[in-house]
Amino acid sequence: MASLKELRSRIASVKSTQKITSAMKMVAAAKLRRAQEQAEEARPYAERMDRMLASLAASLQGRNGVSPMLAGTGADKTHLLLVITSDRGLCGGFNTSIVRRARQMANDLRAEGKTVRIICIGRKGRDQLRRDFADEIVNSFTEVGRRKLSFEDADQIAAQVAELFTAGEFDVCTMIYNRFKSVISQIVTTQLLIPVAPPEGDEEDSDGAASAVYSYEPDEAEILADLLPRNLAVQVFRGLLESAASEHGARMSAMDNATRNAGDMINGLTLTYNRTRQAQITKELIEIISGAEAL
Amino acid sequence: MTEGKVEFELVSPERLLMSETVDMVVVPGAEGDFGVLPRHSLLISAVRRGVIQAWKNNTVSDRIFVAGGFCEVTAERCTVLAEEGVRVDDIDKDAIQAELKNLREDAADAKTPDERSAVESRIAIHEAMLEAAG
Repeated sequence: MASLKELRSRIASVKSTQKITSAMKMVAAAKLRRAQEQAEEARPYAERMDRMLASLAASLQGRNGVSPMLAGTGADKTHLLLVITSDRGLCGGFNTSIVRRARQMANDLRAEGKTVRIICIGRKGRDQLRRDFADEIVNSFTEVGRRKLSFEDADQIAAQVAELFTAGEFDVCTMIYNRFKSVISQIVTTQLLIPVAPPEGDEEDSDGAASAVYSYEPDEAEILADLLPRNLAVQVFRGLLESAASEHGARMSAMDNATRNAGDMINGLTLTYNRTRQAQITKELIEIISGAEAL
Repeated sequence: MTEGKVEFELVSPERLLMSETVDMVVVPGAEGDFGVLPRHSLLISAVRRGVIQAWKNNTVSDRIFVAGGFCEVTAERCTVLAEEGVRVDDIDKDAIQAELKNLREDAADAKTPDERSAVESRIAIHEAMLEAAG
């Protein structure tokens, strides 16, 4: 059995770990609130952008010479995966689940004889994907929005994606990120960025019908040329925001668990410590008594 | 929906800047300023750099500077998706002057044409902002 001294130092070390994890939990909680607010504030823009794009797409439907960014290049030989992870660890399965999905997608695409390219956002994803897909990674961004995520960060990434697309480097672009559902649940989401996914559902049929009579200033094509890269940036921005909120949520619950586990461990160790101490005292007493009796 | 009013919404990628019911909105469109009154025809327009005015009771109630964007108009709504937006009253001239100075230095240091054009567009935005603040 471990000596009392050893036990004491174990308890002390677990206690200090617990302090760290609970502090990290607090920090994550504070950051989470900010990130969640930001994600929610950004939602109206993305929604309206979607609406505008949908009505534009509807009015351009069936016409020739529609921008390939909207309609696709007509091929799907090369896929670009935009993988959004975090820069830091200690957030449970947050990065692992993203990487697992990305790896699976990449392998599936490869099996179909397609070419895969990857852009990593976040150090953790890059480090994990680099092992298997070192040649596929075109670029990686780290420390994105370290202090506060701004639209420029997303714009930069989107600009690069658009550049690659214009250069004909890929046909289809998919973004993989964690969607923030709640503190304990983040959903790995894949979203098609290029070509623009057609608006789903018929519930907005009335809107769709109205869109036919929109007038455009200047004309559709010109607006679209501006709107498409912008939409890309907005979608990337949304992904980054969701991912940031998810990261803090995941870290918060991971740290909460860790703190609780440390608490359990301390309880167990304290129990053993006390038992050992008592056993030792009893032993000493027996020694004294038997010594006294022998006289 | 109030009769005779326009639901005006101004959103930037980062947040909802304004959402109010007003009498009229004047938007700097790509092909000229246009006023939006209730029951305007359906329109989607690009927005150039400039000041959006919201009118209430025959006076300008809000003036907001936008760096550009898009505007969607329907019979009862006017939605502006701005790239960047700030209320004219909130523009801090000194801060902008300082920023402009920085940007001009950046422009001098810019190495690639891409960098330079990016900085130059920032300069233009800030100059327009100053002008709007008057």
